[in-house]
Amino acid sequence: MKFAVISFPGSNCDMDMYYAVRDSLNEDVDLVTSDATNLDGYDGVLIPGGFSYGDYLRSGAVARFAPVMESVKEMAAEGKPVLGVCNGFQILTEANLLPGSLQHNTSMEFISDWSKLRVQNNDTMFTDQYEESEVIDIPIAHGEGNYYCDDETLAQLKANDQIVFTYEDNPNGSCDNIAGVVNEQGNVLGMMPHPERAVESILGGTDGLKLFKSLLNHVRS
Amino acid sequence: MEKPKTITPQDIKDQKIYQDWGLTDFEYNLISNDILHRLPNYTETGLYSGMWSEHCSYKNSKPVLRKFWSDGSRVLQGPGEGAGVLDIGDGQAVVFKAESHNHPSYVEPYEGAATGVGGIIRDIFSMGAKPVASLDSLRFGELTNDKNRFLLDKVVAGIAGYGNCIGVPTVGGEISFDPCYDGNPLVNVMCVGLMDQEDIEAGRASGAGNSIIYVGAKTGRDGINGATFASSQFSTEEESDRSAVQVGDPFMEKLLVDACLEVTHNHKDILVGIQDMGAAGLVSSSAEMADKANSGVDLDLDLVPQREIGMTPYEIMLSESQERMLLCVKAGHEDEILEIFEKHHLDAVVIGHVNDDKQYRLIHHGEVVCDIPTSSLVNDVPEYQHDVVEPERLKNVKEAKVPVISNVNVMVKTIIGQPTIASKESVYRQYDCRVQANTVVQPGSDSGVIRVRGTNKSLAMTTDANGRYIYLNPKLGGQIAVSEAARNIVASGAVPIGITDCLNFGNPDDSESYFEMDQSVEGISKACEKFDTPVIAGNVSLYNETDNKAIYPTPMIGMVGLIEDNQYITKSDFSETGELVYVIGDTNDDFAGSEIQKHLEGQISGKIHFDLEEEFSNQRLILDLIHNHLIESAHDVSEGGIIVSLLESLFENDLGLNGEIDITKAQLFSETQSRYVVSVSQEDRESFEKLAGKKAHLIGVTDDSQQINLRLQDGQYVDDVTTLKTIWKESLSCQMKSKA
Amino acid sequence: MYLAQIYVHHKASILDPQGEAVLNALQRLGYDKVDAVKQGKYFEVNIQADSEDEASKVVNDIAKDLLVNHNMESFEFDLKEVAK
Repeated sequence: MKFAVISFPGSNCDMDMYYAVRDSLNEDVDLVTSDATNLDGYDGVLIPGGFSYGDYLRSGAVARFAPVMESVKEMAAEGKPVLGVCNGFQILTEANLLPGSLQHNTSMEFISDWSKLRVQNNDTMFTDQYEESEVIDIPIAHGEGNYYCDDETLAQLKANDQIVFTYEDNPNGSCDNIAGVVNEQGNVLGMMPHPERAVESILGGTDGLKLFKSLLNHVRS
Repeated sequence: MEKPKTITPQDIKDQKIYQDWGLTDFEYNLISNDILHRLPNYTETGLYSGMWSEHCSYKNSKPVLRKFWSDGSRVLQGPGEGAGVLDIGDGQAVVFKAESHNHPSYVEPYEGAATGVGGIIRDIFSMGAKPVASLDSLRFGELTNDKNRFLLDKVVAGIAGYGNCIGVPTVGGEISFDPCYDGNPLVNVMCVGLMDQEDIEAGRASGAGNSIIYVGAKTGRDGINGATFASSQFSTEEESDRSAVQVGDPFMEKLLVDACLEVTHNHKDILVGIQDMGAAGLVSSSAEMADKANSGVDLDLDLVPQREIGMTPYEIMLSESQERMLLCVKAGHEDEILEIFEKHHLDAVVIGHVNDDKQYRLIHHGEVVCDIPTSSLVNDVPEYQHDVVEPERLKNVKEAKVPVISNVNVMVKTIIGQPTIASKESVYRQYDCRVQANTVVQPGSDSGVIRVRGTNKSLAMTTDANGRYIYLNPKLGGQIAVSEAARNIVASGAVPIGITDCLNFGNPDDSESYFEMDQSVEGISKACEKFDTPVIAGNVSLYNETDNKAIYPTPMIGMVGLIEDNQYITKSDFSETGELVYVIGDTNDDFAGSEIQKHLEGQISGKIHFDLEEEFSNQRLILDLIHNHLIESAHDVSEGGIIVSLLESLFENDLGLNGEIDITKAQLFSETQSRYVVSVSQEDRESFEKLAGKKAHLIGVTDDSQQINLRLQDGQYVDDVTTLKTIWKESLSCQMKSKA
Repeated sequence: MYLAQIYVHHKASILDPQGEAVLNALQRLGYDKVDAVKQGKYFEVNIQADSEDEASKVVNDIAKDLLVNHNMESFEFDLKEVAK
């Protein structure tokens, strides 16, 4: 199994994601720059956190035009797993691979903390190792993590079970406490919390590990 | 814009224009009579004024800085380079330095703090190290003042904005408040990096014909102070639309870090030297690099990437635009280096070459605008010996009054709600402390701890300063500053290995102010030698005064410790019920400079007591206890006294404490040095007491009552821990929101 | 009633990283005629004033007190009379 971690100019959690796959999952992983024009040979793609292109215009707004995004879209269309964390989630919404958008936290401040998440849907390729409604501890670190979508989209998300994670104690004002959503096909997940920061007990918790293991099981089968 | 050229060397001499730039008559005459044997032109005078400023040359502080102890077996690089380097074993090294950005943060707090973070990070990766953590030490006037609230808010946002974006975790720091920082806030930032020893780089430009490469942001007129500028240059109207404020671009710096580390790791063979452009920008980086290699440089200023049109040589050379680096690369290999930067979406240009006649020569529009000995910019600055006079307040000092506590419950609530004591969570929650996925102990503990990936080791780090003690006794205060930092490091399970400092003082021409600096440096140095923590890097910030009122002398100590085995990492919270709680060290009536004294008397006074030997032996004991697995938690006792430490250790896990402590109500708030609060599991009691001996005083047992219940010499203290926790946690954000 | 349209932008000498990033993105997308980008802020403020002079004074005051960071930014504005 081989994963690609996409590194945009300004990505800063790319190595964290890389180490999570290499050291905690013991799987093959490459760091692929955003200038790459194909992702052939990869079983899944991981879009890490950070501040791609400084996030200066809007988070993810410039990254969506990077050459590699065409290949990411192809992989998504082929049904291969695509995971976007934090800035990766923002990029996926800007690229229209996921519905909704991420706005400034209601406090208007950056928030870095541990957050409790509820697994709302444990029947996805990213979450089947979790129990139903399991509550997990995963760190968050973002200034623009306030998930917004219109009522119609929200109704669809609910109808299709696309809401994967919700916050137990909504830190940023996200509508319906949404922390992570999948696309309708269920192979593209975007989430603000950082599962790659919760894969070793020395870092304070390992609740993120099951996400990566779910993904690995899916790719293997 | 061509106007400066019309100012002739004779004009500079006759009209004493050099004085506007901060050069004295003596210095100007030294330059023209002894160094150049001619009158310096406009550009040359400007370069000397920049390079001979205190900020670049340390001409006022050098005699004091020489007193610092910088030896020790771990030192791979002491003061003098971008940052200091210490051996941490296994062929690896830790690199660190701290820097002050006080004045810029007062003028423009967001950008001032942000560019402070950016500058210190550049110092670290210019050594070839990956920046892995940063910390900050902040001082403000009281929060009852609107301006101070504004400053705190924006400084924190600036640190967060830059650090979070570039992806260096902010893992620790400290903030406190005193009226003496009104108009003179202190913003000190420290950065820590990790590297393989074989990758250590130096800022050198050697080998005639080798190329000087400029990388990063374009040069603008940022940071060129209007006051040091010939004031005739701008009409008032133009001036109002100009600004010297530097804006940081963390995105650009992220690209720079990645690109420069690729060059220093993979292309050592063709890289001669690398340095960041900090204070006095292009001139200081290029002159220092050439001087260290005993060579000179020829630079063509038309090749320097410029953001604005019509910049003069003076402006180009002294601009402090951020996110720029200077490299020296072997002739014939320029393209390999330029390609790397291009790949990282960065501008990189060859702007000149190393020469063999040791001259510092600048060409602008085909004309030589500067031709002076390189060494004179760096080495010929006169050093100034200052008078030292002991301030009257330090003579015949009496013991501080013992406070009368009429209601201990009210007093505890008051003290833990003081912004200096209260939780800083509302601040550090804005800092990404976990990016890079190495953070073991996050802000809020005694030290930040990050593991060294791929090993079983960790690094502990802290910043500490206490201007109050130093104001009352500069020498002992200096010792205490290092000791407090060491206590934080030790409590986390680490052995202290070295320090960096930021010397924040008032005007050095004031002989009392100079006395404070001189004495506190002696104190710092003595403690450093005792603890085997050499001073490997530092920074000086003088003239922190407004209306002749100086700040407390506030040297900031940034310390790093090594945890040889991750099993020794120790937290400061009591973890469960049934743990025995001990105080290590005796408690006396030490109220001079204490938080309670400041609160009750509105000012500080009295005699400081400190015993360096006792301090060291207590540190040793704590480490012994940790290495023998005899304590569950350790927390140092500092501002606010033992009651604050006890409560802080109870808060995290909502525990209670019941017991007896052989001190008075007032002594709950005493700030006697060299103490710790530790917790011990019942089964370790015997071994613990055997090792700790008389230094340990059992005071109680943790329970789930969520009450603190302590019998004291002169009464009893009982209160609800949850209520206290709420006050402690919410006090700072309440005070930030409230309107005076 | 007046509508004030207030544009706040960096002074010419101040680095504008946001503008630079947008410029670079546009050039990468092939807009090679785009030469420079500055990013600023735009405010619409309704002001109950009886004259243009009075409204203009209010705009200058709010810009000075709140909207503009005078260390780094300058501003311009347009005023339009609008129905209440």
